[in-house]
Amino acid sequence: MPAYLELSQIGKSFSRGAATTEVLRDVSLDIAKGEYISIIGHSGCGKSTLLNIVAGLTPVTTGGVILDGKEVNAPGPDRAVVFQNHSLLPWLTVYDNVRLAVDKVFSGTRSRAERHDWTIHNLDLVQMGHARDKRPSEVSGGMKQRVGIARALAMEPKVLLLDEPFGALDALTRAHLQDSVMQIHASLGNTILMITHDVDEAVLLSDRIVMMTNGPSARIGEVLEVNLPRPRKRLELVTNATYLKAREAVLKFLHERHRYVEAA
Amino acid sequence: MSVTALKEPPKEARRSGSAAVVRLAAPTTPARPSRWPGYAKSVAVSVLPPLVMVLLLGLLWELLCSGPGATLPPPSRIWADSKDLILDPFFVAGPQDIGLGWRVLVSLQRVAVGFGLAAVVGILVGAVIGQSVWAMRGLDPIFQVLRTVPPLAWLPIALAAFRDSNPSAIFVIFITAIWPVIINTAVGIRNIPQDYRNVALVLRLNPIEFFWKIMLPSAAPYIFTGLRIGIGLSWLAIVAAEMLTGGVGIGFFIWDAWNSSRLPDIIVALVYIGVVGFVLDRLVAGVGSFVTRGTQAS
Repeated sequence: MPAYLELSQIGKSFSRGAATTEVLRDVSLDIAKGEYISIIGHSGCGKSTLLNIVAGLTPVTTGGVILDGKEVNAPGPDRAVVFQNHSLLPWLTVYDNVRLAVDKVFSGTRSRAERHDWTIHNLDLVQMGHARDKRPSEVSGGMKQRVGIARALAMEPKVLLLDEPFGALDALTRAHLQDSVMQIHASLGNTILMITHDVDEAVLLSDRIVMMTNGPSARIGEVLEVNLPRPRKRLELVTNATYLKAREAVLKFLHERHRYVEAA
Repeated sequence: MSVTALKEPPKEARRSGSAAVVRLAAPTTPARPSRWPGYAKSVAVSVLPPLVMVLLLGLLWELLCSGPGATLPPPSRIWADSKDLILDPFFVAGPQDIGLGWRVLVSLQRVAVGFGLAAVVGILVGAVIGQSVWAMRGLDPIFQVLRTVPPLAWLPIALAAFRDSNPSAIFVIFITAIWPVIINTAVGIRNIPQDYRNVALVLRLNPIEFFWKIMLPSAAPYIFTGLRIGIGLSWLAIVAAEMLTGGVGIGFFIWDAWNSSRLPDIIVALVYIGVVGFVLDRLVAGVGSFVTRGTQAS
């Protein structure tokens, strides 16, 4: 399959004064259209930096990102981000938060009524249509993240970037949201790049799991294909041999070969 | 009040005893009846103590100033001499003999123009300084020095520049009120969370959209703190400026009363100034808490 999103030999160093820290070294990855990729690794391995580079929020030191045949080096709505802490604007209602993105992306191409319908459509997609007039502070953490996903989906991005989207949620809410994301991925066929530190989440959702070595100078350690048919059912997978094997492989990578060393 | 409502167990639940199904009372019903007495009580609690203190202080003042050697008038003489000023703030008896309400309005008009300009310019300049590290480095020390110059020290320069008393008074208000607005806005904008900036970057908001949709709402609590300090300072400055520039404002009234030895009138004017200053402060604070009602992120 031809690469839709191509990360090409990405390296990133941060320098503070005379000291330079290399965070990422030579990260290359080809992602096909419609693929769901998870990046997993211990904290501090630079996985969030990698996502920010794809989003264009952090400039690369070496290498580059090519999306749909064009190099990208600035942020844009074609790579919508669902931020770890939802990042909704607290002074806007749920509806207005999504509408802001819709207005910005489609102001030239769609009429006011169409933009309204599209906003509502995306809120309904994440089952948040009922709370459209509430402010973010009036809805729960899981609902905020749903709205964050709706805002990102509403931009019709080429790639959806999820930065530990369920990290701050309790286990049950997280499971609900994972199911929602799976449904959306199944029906819309988005290309998704997700950062996570949750092994089960990675195996459940992904087509491929990219495992990062520990930083500094983190690299891609291993890429694991998860050959589970979709739609995947959480309960059926509990005893599924392929699922368990994939899970074991990721756990072994993280806890045997690349054990997290407390900052020395 | 919500606490008392919670403590009260639903009546139907109590009556049903050991029945199998306990129906809970609708949550809206219990809190209602106790609402009005509670409200009256909270008003009384906040109004009565200051009222008692005013009466006590008035009594003390009366005692101290009713002696034969007293240099200041006691409350009873103020009432006797300046009853017209107290009772009717809006009389017009001649071009220079008007009620204090009119004079306050004239002063307020100057404050409105000067403070309005200071608010607009201050927020824009503060936004630039908050966004740019170099503007901050270059301008902040200058502002910190200028901010300590007393309002009246600007007056001669203003008079020389404008050659007229009214614009000079307005300029003094402007220059007094602008510093806290600039500094607070700049701090507010520097404190915009990176998350909101990232959202703006991903959406590719242009600078104008960023200003209206992210900067202003996010920095609003800081901006309103600056505006509140600014309106207080303007009201301080207008009275002093009007003493020197003349006209019909409340400041000039005090100066005029001093020159014709009408001490009771001055004291009445002081009360007016205090009350109006208090109302202005509350007004800006109220607008602030209304406008920023959504900004406190959870």
